[in-house]
Amino acid sequence: MNSSSSSTRSALPLAPGERLPVSKVLTLSPEALKEIDQLADKFPDRLAATLPALHIAQREFGFVSLEAMKAVAKALDIPEGHVYGVASFYSMYQKHPVGSFHIQVCTNISCALNGAVALLDLVKKKTGISQRGEVSSDGLWSVEEVECLASCGSGPCLQVNHDIYDEFVNEAELDRVLEACRSGQYREWAK
Amino acid sequence: MTSYRQKKDPQSYSFEGFGTPAFPNLMLRGAGNLDNWRLAIYQKEHEGYLGLKRALSMEPSQVIDEMKASGIRGRGGAGFPAGLKWSFMPKDTADKKYTRYLVCNADEGEPGTFKDRSIMEYNPHQLIEGMIIAGFAMQCHMGFIYVRGEFLWLIEKLEAAIEEAKKENLLGQNILGSGFNFDLIVYRGAGAYICGEETALLNSLEGRRGEPRIKPPFPASKGAFGQPTTINNVETLAAAAPILRMGGAEYAKIGTPKNTGTRIFCVSGHVQRPGLYELPLGVPLITLVKDLAGGTPNGKKIKAIIPGGASSAVFTESDFDCPLDFDTIRDRGSMAGSGGIIVIDEDTCMVQVCLRLIRFYAHESCGQCTPCREGCNWMEMILTRIENGEGRLEDLETLKSMTPRIAGKTLCALGDAACGPMDSILGKFRDEFIHHIEHKKCPKPSCQLVTYSH
Repeated sequence: MNSSSSSTRSALPLAPGERLPVSKVLTLSPEALKEIDQLADKFPDRLAATLPALHIAQREFGFVSLEAMKAVAKALDIPEGHVYGVASFYSMYQKHPVGSFHIQVCTNISCALNGAVALLDLVKKKTGISQRGEVSSDGLWSVEEVECLASCGSGPCLQVNHDIYDEFVNEAELDRVLEACRSGQYREWAK
Repeated sequence: MTSYRQKKDPQSYSFEGFGTPAFPNLMLRGAGNLDNWRLAIYQKEHEGYLGLKRALSMEPSQVIDEMKASGIRGRGGAGFPAGLKWSFMPKDTADKKYTRYLVCNADEGEPGTFKDRSIMEYNPHQLIEGMIIAGFAMQCHMGFIYVRGEFLWLIEKLEAAIEEAKKENLLGQNILGSGFNFDLIVYRGAGAYICGEETALLNSLEGRRGEPRIKPPFPASKGAFGQPTTINNVETLAAAAPILRMGGAEYAKIGTPKNTGTRIFCVSGHVQRPGLYELPLGVPLITLVKDLAGGTPNGKKIKAIIPGGASSAVFTESDFDCPLDFDTIRDRGSMAGSGGIIVIDEDTCMVQVCLRLIRFYAHESCGQCTPCREGCNWMEMILTRIENGEGRLEDLETLKSMTPRIAGKTLCALGDAACGPMDSILGKFRDEFIHHIEHKKCPKPSCQLVTYSH
């Protein structure tokens, strides 16, 4: 195993002794608080709103910072430790800032059989990103290798933010996707 | 700005002869047509909500009997008879009233599987109809659809379909004047494969970490929020609509006697025409892969086929004639699982395939049980070492000795799932492992399935 792999691992959010990055936003907006309150009323138990509330917090804060977790705990009146436990368990809660276009490339078996490893390298080359947790200097790009996106028959596939997947991605298609991001045809992260 | 699909869907959903009596189309009607999800089209062109109307004219127990008569087995992976599962839900008695929940498992994440998304994208109303039928049969008044977080684009569509159904009084209070009340809530996951396991899903639905629970108690006695709960896969619930429409006995005529109905098979990997193929159960694997999906794109020989999603043991040539049903695949040492068929050609390094799959399980283990958490990680490390030409012959014995210490020794089946591919690939392609070790390198450098392994 070469060095880039181990450095990717240390970039994962919760390495021993590592501090989470601090977000610019520090509190939830009144609209978000209202949304979380309405959500909590929908379920038989307020705790059930933890996941949706964290999705809302991620939208507000840009990523799930420690402040975001504390704000969710306060909004739902549940223990901070519980929210931290949930936020750290699920991989879609980003614990680091991401770019305006967070590109997630599936490298699981079906996509890999059809060239996902080469695609990931190409995405990294074209965006100038070398590892997870890194954001390009213009703030546009971040790249993450993800597990199966359920698009195996049309792989290799990638997902920009939480938009619909781009399927059968080759170099020409990737260029189209990146250009479409630059020209505002994709929703920006957390917008 | 909605994120509905704007341009043509590149996925393949059909084949020649699909929709004829020999290959009935029950689950993929209109798939590929971007407007197909709308209620008007579902009712006008796809016999929509006829199954629900028939169900509401019956007693709830009769609806369960119809499901039992259909013989349908759960399409999520385990293949448990769905009608029987429904009958496990406790019924109200004079002195005890229950709050029962129905949960739809739409956390599709098994590598090689992409069928549930097609139902939710093109026939969300069929899923909604199936859920109302299931809710009525078990007398639940609230249903949850647990959708994986990456499917945000599908959730928006699903919620729009639910709104349409509410407007037409297909959901909500006193559905179609029957006196039955039922509501649906879509719950979005946040990226964890383990949440496809039913009790982990329940924990996640309750806003907790997606860690599987100890069973018993089974969900039918203590499930979501501590109440009796039934959890079914998207495809199983969506199948309830045609089953109630045509009658259980009629549905049971499709397929084979113990494996009834149609099933959506997901074909991916090295094939000319990857995509979704809805077939009656019992069609031979090779017919699907060669005749329908066209075999490998460049005429290369097929080396191995994964028959039921990443968790199933791989098949080699002698098993390619296996009929695609739950029992025969199990008898041949693998499992029908989620219907994800992954085709692997002769130029592929099986050590890399194995490493890629095991890395997935190591990554997705929830960490509760030591055998799975540590075992999967150790298998990944050893396989990485072998793939990189640093392996030793005794590694093979170590790998072989690990799976019996994981399988069956954990709370859920994730550890077992890792052992399926591990055992079968090591058993059937041992020479490739030995070649890596003896020559201290991968014999197929052009095959790249694993990031950073070369």
